[in-house]
Amino acid sequence: MEMFFDIIQFGFMQRALISAIAISIICSIVGLFLVLKRHSLFGDALAHVAFGGISLGLFIGIYPLWTAYIVSILSAVGVNKLRESTKIPSDSSIAVLLTSGLAIGVILISISGGFTINLFSFLFGNILLVSNEDLIMILITDAIVIPVIYLLYKKLILIVFDEKQAKVSGLNVTWINTLFIILATITIIASIRLVGVLLISSLIVIPNITALMIRKGFKKTIFISCAISIFSVVFGIVLSYYVNLVPSGMITLTMVSLFLVTVIAKNLKFPLNNIVMNKK
Amino acid sequence: MQSIINVANLSYYYDSFASLDNISFTVDKGDFLGIIGPNGAGKTTLFECMLGIIHDYSGEINLFGSDIKLNKKTLQRIGYVPQKKYVEQTFPATVKEIVSLGIIGKKLRKETIDNAIEFVELDAYQDKRIGELSEGQQQRVIIAKALVKEPDLLILDEPTTGIDSGAQEKFYDLLTKLNKERKITIVWSSHDMNAVQKLASKVACIDKKLFFHGESEDFFGNEERMKSYVEFAMQSHMNLHFGNSKKMETTE
Repeated sequence: MEMFFDIIQFGFMQRALISAIAISIICSIVGLFLVLKRHSLFGDALAHVAFGGISLGLFIGIYPLWTAYIVSILSAVGVNKLRESTKIPSDSSIAVLLTSGLAIGVILISISGGFTINLFSFLFGNILLVSNEDLIMILITDAIVIPVIYLLYKKLILIVFDEKQAKVSGLNVTWINTLFIILATITIIASIRLVGVLLISSLIVIPNITALMIRKGFKKTIFISCAISIFSVVFGIVLSYYVNLVPSGMITLTMVSLFLVTVIAKNLKFPLNNIVMNKK
Repeated sequence: MQSIINVANLSYYYDSFASLDNISFTVDKGDFLGIIGPNGAGKTTLFECMLGIIHDYSGEINLFGSDIKLNKKTLQRIGYVPQKKYVEQTFPATVKEIVSLGIIGKKLRKETIDNAIEFVELDAYQDKRIGELSEGQQQRVIIAKALVKEPDLLILDEPTTGIDSGAQEKFYDLLTKLNKERKITIVWSSHDMNAVQKLASKVACIDKKLFFHGESEDFFGNEERMKSYVEFAMQSHMNLHFGNSKKMETTE
């Protein structure tokens, strides 16, 4: 504990921890709906498109995350429309999104003459390099995503549960799905600083599938997922500082470890659902 | 008698094949209408047109006196129970959470949710995840979800398919109770002719076209009519297969 208080005195570590906690909360919330929609890899695909956007930003010399936002939102909404109009399976549309983003990125890198150190930090993330501008951008993303999901909460659950029933309830399912995709996109781009393009799925998927195993209701599952995610990012960052390893890798491994512990506990029939947040 | 549903000359074509061909019927307040027809007869398509999910049909559908294409607000008066769908065990919503989705955009009182759950006799399971219940119980949760908005009309699309007979009986008792005690008009499609004969006050037989619509006893009490319906349904399927093979031959 003393070690923890020692390191949070550094400004870069304070920024890192605040932004990591902020990111982990929105990734858990958005991620649960993505996992339940069977769009777990959508985050990965969007991150790869963001990679194309980042490469474009670096290529034309503007702040790469802005180009990542524009390219990713346009691509995500476009691919969703394509999926709806052509009825191609969602995993195939995700593959189109993923490969086209990566292809654009690779071409722009080869035109610009090679791999730069900037691009490397976007690929693997480096939360310790978060600037004040990055931190503000992440907090603004939280301030947008959390209230909008709160307002759409019941509608999103109904759509995830049964899209047809949602339509009969009078919901504009297409509009809500488009809005959710935009929220997912801005969440993922905000998270690139933490774990990078290549490990983004860990934040979206692992805390949620771990929380789902604990067999609680929707709200509790979100809280458990957020708790797992927050613990993993804080533990991963602090540990990476002391052992001098990449934070994104440490965060992901912490999450995987918690997942494995849950799987083992479940297989040993340990009553996980009785010890986590019971009302009585 | 006040007419709740008025379907006039309804036709719907999917990829140039008629799914519904010039169907007309009415449903009066308090009716318990059983819609029967073989697989692919267009029962689900008919419901999707009535519920505003399919828009590009020809003809007219009036619900509670207004055209469903023009007045989506009438959907607020309808409870809908779709065909049984597979719910994963890990789906994290509890019975209570699913029932609370019955009304969106308005605050639901806790008693309203509790009453609906109690009515379908699932009080003991309200904090369980829906995926952990049996299939019959899951369908009763969907009924409870439909009941929280106090609907005037309940539309059920083959709700008991794939459910064991004990759970089916319990489900049918529930429908009778809703129709008799709560005076809810029910439109229900089923493969189960015996159940339709037992429960429904009126019957509609469809297979793309409407073969019969009227009082239940006029259909089930008339052996000739039932026999000719079976022939009609068989002929209709022969035509479909013959049409398909002809089309394939032409393509080849």
